[in-house]
Amino acid sequence: MKIESSQTSREKEIENLKKYKYGFSTDIESTKAPKGLSEEVIKFISNIKKEPQWLLDWRLKAYYRLKALKEPNWQKPKYPKIDYQDLYYYSAPKSFKEKPKSLDDLDPKLLETYKKLGIPLQEQKRLNNIAVDAVFDSVSVATTFKDKLTEKGIIFCSISEAVQKHPELVKKYLGSVIPLTDHFFATLNSAVFTDGSFVYVPPGVRCPMELSTYFRINASDTGQFERTLIIADKGSYVSYLEGCTAPMRDENQLHAANVELVALDDAEIKYSTVQNWYPGDKDGKGGIYNFVTKRGLCKGKNSKISWTQVETGSAITWKYPSCILKGDNSIGEFYSIAITNNHQKADTGTKMIHLGKNTKSKIISKGISAGFSDMTYRGLVDISKKANNSRNYTQCDSLLMGNKCGAHTIPYIKNKNSDSNLAHEATTSKISEEQLHYCQQRGLNSEEAVGLIVNGFCKEVLQQLPMEFAVEAQKLVGISLEGSVG
Amino acid sequence: MEEQLKIDFEKSFKNSSFSTKNINVKKEFLNKFIKEGLPNKSLENWKFSDISQIIKKEIGDLSFYNDISSPSKIDPSIYLNGLEQNSIVFVNGRPEKIDFQFEEKNKLEILDDFELNKDYSNINSLINLNNAFVDKSFKIVIKENYSFKKPLVIYHYTNKKVKSKNINLRLNFVLEKNSSLKLIDVLNDASEKNFINTFYNFKISQDAILKNYKIDIKNNSNIKYIFTNIEQEKNSLSETFIASSGSDFIKNEINCNLNGEHSSAFVNGIFSLNKQKHHEIRTSINHLTEYTKSSQLIKSVLENDAKAVYQGKIYVSSKAQKTDGYQLSKAILLDETTEFNAKPELEIYADDVKCSHGSASGSLNENSIFYLMSRGLNYKEAKELLISGFLLDVIEKITDSEIKSLIKKMIGLQE
Repeated sequence: MKIESSQTSREKEIENLKKYKYGFSTDIESTKAPKGLSEEVIKFISNIKKEPQWLLDWRLKAYYRLKALKEPNWQKPKYPKIDYQDLYYYSAPKSFKEKPKSLDDLDPKLLETYKKLGIPLQEQKRLNNIAVDAVFDSVSVATTFKDKLTEKGIIFCSISEAVQKHPELVKKYLGSVIPLTDHFFATLNSAVFTDGSFVYVPPGVRCPMELSTYFRINASDTGQFERTLIIADKGSYVSYLEGCTAPMRDENQLHAANVELVALDDAEIKYSTVQNWYPGDKDGKGGIYNFVTKRGLCKGKNSKISWTQVETGSAITWKYPSCILKGDNSIGEFYSIAITNNHQKADTGTKMIHLGKNTKSKIISKGISAGFSDMTYRGLVDISKKANNSRNYTQCDSLLMGNKCGAHTIPYIKNKNSDSNLAHEATTSKISEEQLHYCQQRGLNSEEAVGLIVNGFCKEVLQQLPMEFAVEAQKLVGISLEGSVG
Repeated sequence: MEEQLKIDFEKSFKNSSFSTKNINVKKEFLNKFIKEGLPNKSLENWKFSDISQIIKKEIGDLSFYNDISSPSKIDPSIYLNGLEQNSIVFVNGRPEKIDFQFEEKNKLEILDDFELNKDYSNINSLINLNNAFVDKSFKIVIKENYSFKKPLVIYHYTNKKVKSKNINLRLNFVLEKNSSLKLIDVLNDASEKNFINTFYNFKISQDAILKNYKIDIKNNSNIKYIFTNIEQEKNSLSETFIASSGSDFIKNEINCNLNGEHSSAFVNGIFSLNKQKHHEIRTSINHLTEYTKSSQLIKSVLENDAKAVYQGKIYVSSKAQKTDGYQLSKAILLDETTEFNAKPELEIYADDVKCSHGSASGSLNENSIFYLMSRGLNYKEAKELLISGFLLDVIEKITDSEIKSLIKKMIGLQE
């Protein structure tokens, strides 16, 4: 009898491990700021990061502003109230007090974690042509490939480093796209952000490799508030990719990041996300609240910003990567795949704000919901009076698996310019029996068949990802839908 | 406003025959309205049309007591010519004439019943206002297997003698099994700057058919809100057509519940707006059971500071497999000053459904104008031809040929 029960518990363990591959937590001592949100905590964070006075003032300004703001509640997925006084706003691995000089100085346990995640830094450094900035809890761990980038004049470092070394750039652009007063979560981030990436590409430079960050929430009760700032100067190009994971925990964790992109004249930024935060267990317990503010500003003429996202994780995903098309002839693009399974919920989409003349935007959104999940596309296309000859094309398709899940489309379309053209299309359907039958006839089992069809459904978006990640994303799409058929 | 509401509320039942029970219920609604106030743009459904601001700006302070004790004369010029019709005429909110001359008297029932409907009080505060102040509420029942021989035209007429800034109207229709009704609402106003709040309720039983045409084409400076609730049972059909162009502000809101299998709902509308007019159509079609169908087509032509809003929602419950839902909105913006806002929304909980929506807006196609001009039309003619072709597309959807040609004539579209 005893043996049997221990066996089942072992089986359960294995099953759990299978379900969320990244669901381990690393045993590393960490330094935390005292629990709760207060002036002291913000001063503590600022102090520990040796920040200049102006940044501390900026943070405090955000903190006071925050007091006046209310948490928004218009979103579709509702969640229990978050106690902001019960969170740790800063958590850093202890061994970090003295910053490592090179990768070899890193805590071996940390390196182990990344290996488990599938991003062995050293190996990647050698084999892949990708520079990685890894953010562990809230602190940026190591940035690879620094020399090669420095040669070109590209700055790619953690934002805390940038504050020390390039304060003029940070001061100029921080908060220029997402102002301090924007909305609750953005303001919260501005007050307490701990780390993140900073990229500056000088004029005329084409970044020779994909820049990449990996985020991971390790400590429990921590919120992750990172801040990313990417500036592409005139005529430059950069492609940036972020990936996210978190360990399995029963409680919900908050992730409220801010990402700001600025593209000057003729510059192009391509920002890709593969988000696989812990989605909670089968019954919807635990998981990450992914409330992220991402916004890009096409400041200069002929600039282009392209967002690509593959959202498979998080208990609740609530984000709208947006483009403000301010420069004439600027282009904004948004490609998204969002997959929700079990009790996951997503309310995601984009905002395209056309301010300049001849601006163009394109939105391709693919939503797939299975299990008991709920998936909403919410988007805004706003064409202002002066945006002559602007174009927008929007397509959102949803795929439903089962009748316990929901798929919703809520586009907001505002057109104030007679010279502009807008088109919006949306469809909702399920995988037809014929399609499944066809695949099965040719020797695929039902799960493989669904995988194949779903990948075909998503292809338009997957194609937009950098090669290495397209393969990973494709696998992720398959994994996320496991067990949702039949 | 609160003071005014309370004073007018006291006045409103001094001369009336409401029971104490009804007065208490009305009081409840009044308090609810006082608490919530007029809808403003912080509410999702009023995001594009802040009626509280619009009333404040255009009318100022409202008064609510509409004294309808004395009759008014009906100006015969308001009648639609060339149509054999039954009619109900409201003058300044007072029912002056009810005439069903073409119908068999025993096949319909007109009840002056007072049934305040709590079910809809949550939709918005204007329904509460309506409940609190509405004076007469007709319930028209069409008996089993009876089809109206001639259309029923309801004239909503107002003139300068109106006694209140706010008029509340209420009409209930019950279509029993296998009955049918063609209903034309003609909004005709000679009054200025009033707020008219109308609530329609239709119950369509099995196999019954309702065709409702709402026509607002006469220029006037009134602000209007019309809420139409439609409940449909098995095999029933509803067709709603809205011609929206006359009033300074009008919001048509349609809530349609498809409760029975094989029931279907069609909503079609045109906006033809100029001179700072601001019109909105908001629909919410709820597919609540299997094999239901809905289709919506809205087209707008805008010029001269006009603003049109279309918020259309298709809701499919998890029980409503095999739903077919379709929605399309198109707009032509003729100049720089106009604005078209759309929110075509899908909320779907069932997987075996076919739902799609589309929305497009832009300017007149220069190539088409060139084509027509190269064939001898001048610019103005070419433009007019294109616009009427664009709008006729919607009018062609009207299934009753007599009414179709009548509406074409009223709007002045050539074929």
